[in-house]
Amino acid sequence: MCLAVPGRVLSIDGNMGIIEVGKIQRKVFLHLIPEVSVDDYVLMHAGCAIQTIDELEAKTTLDILKELTESEIRR
Amino acid sequence: MSTITLSHGSGGTQSNQLISDLFFRYFSNDILNQMNDAAQLEIDFKKIAFTTDSFVVNPIFFEGGNIGKLAVCGTVNDLAVSGAKPLYLTCAFIIEEGFSMVDLETIVKTMAEEAEKSGVKIVAGDTKVVEKGNVESLYINTSGIGVIYENVNINCANAKPGDVIIVNGTIGDHGMTILCERNNFGFEGNLSSDCASLNTLVDCMLEVYNGIHVIRDATRGGIAAVLNEISDSSNVTIALEENLLPIKEEVKGAAEMLGFDPLYIANEGKLCAFVPEAQAEQVLVAMRAHPLGTNAAIIGRVTEELGKKVYLNTVVGGKRLVDMPSGILLPRIC
Amino acid sequence: MKFVDEFRSNEHSRILIESLKNLSRGQINIMEVCGTHTMAIFRYGIRDVLPANVTLISGPGCPVCVTPQSYIDTAIDLSSREDVIMATFGDMMKVPGIKSSLLKKKAEGADIRLVYSPMDCLAIAADSPSKQIVFLAVGFETTAPMTAVTAIEARKNGLSNLFFFTAHKIVPPVMEALVTDKELNLDGFLLPGNVSAIIGTEPYEFLGKDFNIPGVVTGFEPVDILQGLSTLISLISKKDYSIANDYKRIVRTSGNSEAKEYMDKAFNIVDSNWRGIGKVSKSGLEFNRDFEEFDALKHFEISYKEYDGSSGCRCGEILKGKMNPTQCPLFKQACTPENPIGSCMVSSEGTCAAYFRYYKESGKMEE
Repeated sequence: MCLAVPGRVLSIDGNMGIIEVGKIQRKVFLHLIPEVSVDDYVLMHAGCAIQTIDELEAKTTLDILKELTESEIRR
Repeated sequence: MSTITLSHGSGGTQSNQLISDLFFRYFSNDILNQMNDAAQLEIDFKKIAFTTDSFVVNPIFFEGGNIGKLAVCGTVNDLAVSGAKPLYLTCAFIIEEGFSMVDLETIVKTMAEEAEKSGVKIVAGDTKVVEKGNVESLYINTSGIGVIYENVNINCANAKPGDVIIVNGTIGDHGMTILCERNNFGFEGNLSSDCASLNTLVDCMLEVYNGIHVIRDATRGGIAAVLNEISDSSNVTIALEENLLPIKEEVKGAAEMLGFDPLYIANEGKLCAFVPEAQAEQVLVAMRAHPLGTNAAIIGRVTEELGKKVYLNTVVGGKRLVDMPSGILLPRIC
Repeated sequence: MKFVDEFRSNEHSRILIESLKNLSRGQINIMEVCGTHTMAIFRYGIRDVLPANVTLISGPGCPVCVTPQSYIDTAIDLSSREDVIMATFGDMMKVPGIKSSLLKKKAEGADIRLVYSPMDCLAIAADSPSKQIVFLAVGFETTAPMTAVTAIEARKNGLSNLFFFTAHKIVPPVMEALVTDKELNLDGFLLPGNVSAIIGTEPYEFLGKDFNIPGVVTGFEPVDILQGLSTLISLISKKDYSIANDYKRIVRTSGNSEAKEYMDKAFNIVDSNWRGIGKVSKSGLEFNRDFEEFDALKHFEISYKEYDGSSGCRCGEILKGKMNPTQCPLFKQACTPENPIGSCMVSSEGTCAAYFRYYKESGKMEE
């Protein structure tokens, strides 16, 4: 029930912004994430940013997986 | 006159003026200039390919082309992928009363340019004008004749296990461009139709290897439609590799936002070729040397499995069916 | 695409698939609540790579599927009015009403416009001051906050011709209805990632505490889903009834407080009818008194009576995970995406539509 895509915030004008998803740009509501900054990555659902992406958490998840992969290879 | 009126379609002075001032001016060639009711053509006793297509795209002008370009490329491509050298086209216009003369000239000029690029002559035509509201701006029909190359046997039913499937470039460009322009989704980016005549590319491929089993252009319904048709005609199973599909970033981004699968989105300058494995590499190299094939890629193969189906090996190593598209494409939020 | 490609990595997926193999013994039944999960699972062929003892059941997390037929019939009637421009997400266009659909009505000349975002209704309303714009506001907690935001923006811009025909529902109450159903045999839930972005993980705590059923908040890329399944199967095997969060890059424990505030500002929580399931207490959202000027039913003075339609349609049991579509006598016979009897076949993420597209009778992808 929630098709959403990550995109990078290119510009902010009050409660509105422009985000870029894979080289496509689109206006977006930023009301739900007032603390957002330009260059942040956000999750957009139907033209509304619903959350900022925590890049550190993303990296942590990927690092764990990378380690799992490497330990498999070592085996 | 700045707009098309009903009298332009009624066969009198205004019709003749439109024909001579606009159509003949741009489409001029030795056959057309004879102004006969039917074009008289001399073709040696060869096998002929003969096709027709009608074009009703909305919007009629879009990034990367217009309805006129589509009308020439579409019919040229149908001939080319049949293993024929496209020679002659006819062209019929159905125009809405009030249509802009300037727009019509742009379209006709584009058609002339595309015909010249493809090496075809437009040798007969027709013009009708209908009352406002009875047609959406402009519709075009083109029919085309070509001579089938000897020593070439391209047929939908010829795909064999072991064949490698090659596309000449990125998929979904045309359909995504049209969808975004038509619906005002508010997407900005470098979306552009891939509309192009593929006959010189096909010539290039056949020159390298004239035993290519199948060539089809992938239009409405995308790659998925054409592969399902071939799977059905040839009674084979086709396996695609998700990580090999060439897709532009812009098309990928728009498709992710709208919930579309690029496999099902229309193309107007893309073909799929089924090439025996031994010759695949050399055909691929030849394609990549051609301007319309720089992003050519192997996307899958015909397997030894029994049955008619198309499936995709997904990026995670699973499989999913790629069925025949049905109904219209609608974006989703869920 | 960043934050997409890395989570579709073949390498990471293979490792996770390997890790799933030895995690459990004995039959495990997992429900993926969210329709977007159902579609993603099919899209990536994840069912094919699961161990044989793990069964995935699709749940009622498809807002189009659970909206009663009366909603679409009322929308169709509204769209026929000369003074109305109807704006809708694409998801609603093919949903069958008793006699028609929005797609058919559009072909007959009704002014029905596809929008990517409710935000786009603001421009339509401003451009057509003599018309009344009605937006079909369907969706769960992921979507409801933006209905509120759009209404507030309309007010700010002085637009008095924009209305919403709302059918927003919320997820935790229907999950409670599911777990209390004795016929359902569930060991765990794959929890909806993007709904959780709004509501957080706390609303699911009752599953573990009161019903001993664990759940994992999961994202939608294949690596996310495989990881969520891995975590969930581990929890089930260890009889650990926690609620875990495997989508931490998006979901905070307390969710998105701004979004929740917008919802509180605009909506009351009311009882709601879920197609095929029946009335679920406190599971729907309606505009409150401060926002009733935006309510389409009030504005057009429609006395709205809810009904489920479609005789023979087994969407209800399918949505509760009691039956899979291949067991419905209408599946692929009378009921197809081109001629749907129920909304599960039409909705982009409906269970029946997913099975129709991707499933073969043998239970696996291939024949």
